[in-house]
Amino acid sequence: MSSLWSELEQVLDEVQKPARYIGGEDGMIVPAHHPDKAAWLLIYPDTYEVGLPNQGLQILYEILNERSDAVAERSYAPWTDMAKVLRDRGLPLFSVDTHRPAAEFDVLAFNLAAELLYTNLLECIDLAGVPVRTANRSPADPLVIVGGHCAYNPEPLADFIDAAVLGDGEEVVGEINQVLAAWKAAGRRDRHEVHLGLAAVPGVYVPSLYRVTFAGDRLAAVTPHDPGVPEVVEKRTVADLADWPYPRHQLVPLTEVVHDRLNVEVFRGCTRGCRFCQAGMITRPVRERPADQVRTMVADGLKRTGYDEVALTSLSTADFSGIDEVVASAMEDEGCGQISVSLPSLRVDAFTVGIAAQIQRARRTGLTFAPEAGTWRLRTVINKLITEDDLYSAVESAYSQGWARMKLYFLVGLPTETDEDTLGILELARRCVEIGRAYHRSPSVTVSVGGFVPKPFTPFQWFGQNTEAELRRKVGLLRDEARNLKGVRLKWHDPGASIIEGLLSRGDRRLGPVIEDVWSNGGVFQEWSEHFDPKLWTSALEQHGLSLEDQVYRHRAGDEPLPWDHLSAGLHRDFLWQDWRDALEGAGLEDCRWTPCYDCGACTGYGIEHVVASATPPAGGSQGTGQDLARGGEVAVRLLTRDTDRRTPARVGS
Amino acid sequence: MTTLRVRFGKCGKVRFTSHRDVARIWERALRRAEINVAYTQGFSPRPRVSFGLALATGHESQAEYLDVDLVDEPVGNHSVWAAELGERLDRVLPEGIDVLATTTVDRSTDSLQQAVESCTWSIEINGVDTIQATRWVEDLLSREEIVVERERKGRVVSEDVRPQVLALGVTGATEHGVRLLADLGTQPRALRPVELLAAIDPPLRARSVRRMHQWMTQGSERIEPLPADAAPGALAEVRA
Repeated sequence: MSSLWSELEQVLDEVQKPARYIGGEDGMIVPAHHPDKAAWLLIYPDTYEVGLPNQGLQILYEILNERSDAVAERSYAPWTDMAKVLRDRGLPLFSVDTHRPAAEFDVLAFNLAAELLYTNLLECIDLAGVPVRTANRSPADPLVIVGGHCAYNPEPLADFIDAAVLGDGEEVVGEINQVLAAWKAAGRRDRHEVHLGLAAVPGVYVPSLYRVTFAGDRLAAVTPHDPGVPEVVEKRTVADLADWPYPRHQLVPLTEVVHDRLNVEVFRGCTRGCRFCQAGMITRPVRERPADQVRTMVADGLKRTGYDEVALTSLSTADFSGIDEVVASAMEDEGCGQISVSLPSLRVDAFTVGIAAQIQRARRTGLTFAPEAGTWRLRTVINKLITEDDLYSAVESAYSQGWARMKLYFLVGLPTETDEDTLGILELARRCVEIGRAYHRSPSVTVSVGGFVPKPFTPFQWFGQNTEAELRRKVGLLRDEARNLKGVRLKWHDPGASIIEGLLSRGDRRLGPVIEDVWSNGGVFQEWSEHFDPKLWTSALEQHGLSLEDQVYRHRAGDEPLPWDHLSAGLHRDFLWQDWRDALEGAGLEDCRWTPCYDCGACTGYGIEHVVASATPPAGGSQGTGQDLARGGEVAVRLLTRDTDRRTPARVGS
Repeated sequence: MTTLRVRFGKCGKVRFTSHRDVARIWERALRRAEINVAYTQGFSPRPRVSFGLALATGHESQAEYLDVDLVDEPVGNHSVWAAELGERLDRVLPEGIDVLATTTVDRSTDSLQQAVESCTWSIEINGVDTIQATRWVEDLLSREEIVVERERKGRVVSEDVRPQVLALGVTGATEHGVRLLADLGTQPRALRPVELLAAIDPPLRARSVRRMHQWMTQGSERIEPLPADAAPGALAEVRA
């Protein structure tokens, strides 16, 4: 086994936070490499502290290492000081598990969770000693594969990747591995051959096998070169989360990371239907983990890791059937001392605050709500159907139960937004502070504002993003107004970064050279405000004859080919278009978990359905269901089965 | 309430974790070993664990200490009970952090940080032979004062650390250089091995640094807060 450790340990006292590079986590696997086993290096292209907790990467790490024909190790983007040290000493990117050089793996597999990480992908490939462009790689070089939410529009990365994988990875990773193991066993000769093999795996897109045509300066089509290659690549969806209780041995790092706690995914998918939310659109349908399995994963995980905090993760976690019982049982878990439970994603209603009160018995530090838009009108446009009553009763409930600080998340730059909507944000905040005065001497509300970025496979994919100047003007409006509001603090995300995120999220292959230029001019870690440099991007765009006006700010026409039309998240294009038209008319859409199916395509197209344990929506607010849920919401739905067997939970809808 | 004192080593890859990281590792280990730790009272309860002198990130040690207050009283023979807890902890600690000894201590004694007066360090330096190293050491010891620059509350101050150089000697050659042994004072502020090396002209860079002992005074005797029978052989092996 080749390890770079003896070289690395001599340079680690020259870099910040050397524990980023040592591995040694509890749960780490030291795999035995073998010519019959495809060797994966799973890379999160951000710092170790950000990347280590990523559950997707940890799930694949375990599933691959359980296979007899695969080994997997991990790597993270070295911080800029370490990258310099590695280049100065002629050392390559390495795995943290055994400190094996990256180029000795058969595949570099990246999890791409954010567009601004794209230049770090190139940085990691280059540090590995592999040509950044796919066309320049030889059969001796590893393959480069990407997955994660950004893989739904991988066109800007087409020049640099061998394949992109759409959707849930649990099943497809094994199918990919069979192709890779066979390729390796045959001597890893021809890259085209393995590309064809990968393209035959459902969910895998191989950009080099597709031709891109333009009509003038507009994309015309992306079509396969070869008749054997699918015209449309469909995403993969795991039908039942109960079959995949991963990670079984969550990694416990030796050094502090973000989300440094046990994380248990309680369900995947969300059908609240918020129109700005890509995650809610591409991860459909809702698949709940059986409550018993959640309890077991929490209890075993706490015991094994020694963590005193567990997060129940999903989108809008309070929508989990029987969430209060699961939370209560986690808190009462014996033998673990003082356990705290956190729910990182919460709806806005009083019921949710009740759960929060239950879990934050000791430390009532702060509570976060995300109304997203300042007026009811705009919230119907984005289908985030929180009434003002929902918000105020949630806030009142929180203040009355001991919280003194609230954080409210909003987006600016949403479709149809007027200045009245923008300023409505502060009106909501002002009223929240006012409610708080009844309970505290100086209640405070932090308003956090981000610029809206339209994403592929959402109803807003046709929307021309607000210009940077417009976003700055809106932030300025808020800033001026917030000065006069006591108890309201305003924070905002850099509009410049939102624009570049928007550029990459809906771009086509013409962005490849732009990304490469930005990277080669030192533009790495663009997610980090201290490294983000908008000038690198705008000058690279100009260099390649592209403009933000055309790429980012322009509304797309209904019949315009989109760069991701040859990929599918299951959602029918006409469903998305109809939802976009409905949005513009302010027509809401109910949550199909509890109401009849409207055939978005995510279930019907793949022959799967929601897996939820309860047929009734949770008590609390009106968000998303359009129902009066104060009574616990007896909504008529058709139950297919109702069984206590954990493998056949009630299935609703379809 | 009982206080358990643990002496542990920190060697190998894990030496690159920070003092704060090590504290978190111990908190998790205590929970995993299902040891009933007492918590502080108040708004945000913390486990009652106190660590001795901080060890610089990147340095190894075979003489780290922590005191932890336990809810449970010892059962039977105190040293057997303490040893059993030590074994339970050792099983759940990461590779490179090893329990070397355990005992129960009287809570009324001074905290480790207050009681410890000096440390013995083993320092390896590459690219130097014993003759040259001995000359440097003699030169350093003959100086009346050794002034180092330190950052203190954001300001750079010059301090004479000569009184804290209690002993310094070359103990032998290594494969690529020499090994020094140094006893350095810790009161009122600890003299760090790297500060000492920086005071040598030209400044030296350590290949590796390991804390061998921490010392306190009892009567006229120099004693360790908790002696370990011997530095375990395992410590040498984990250095990959």
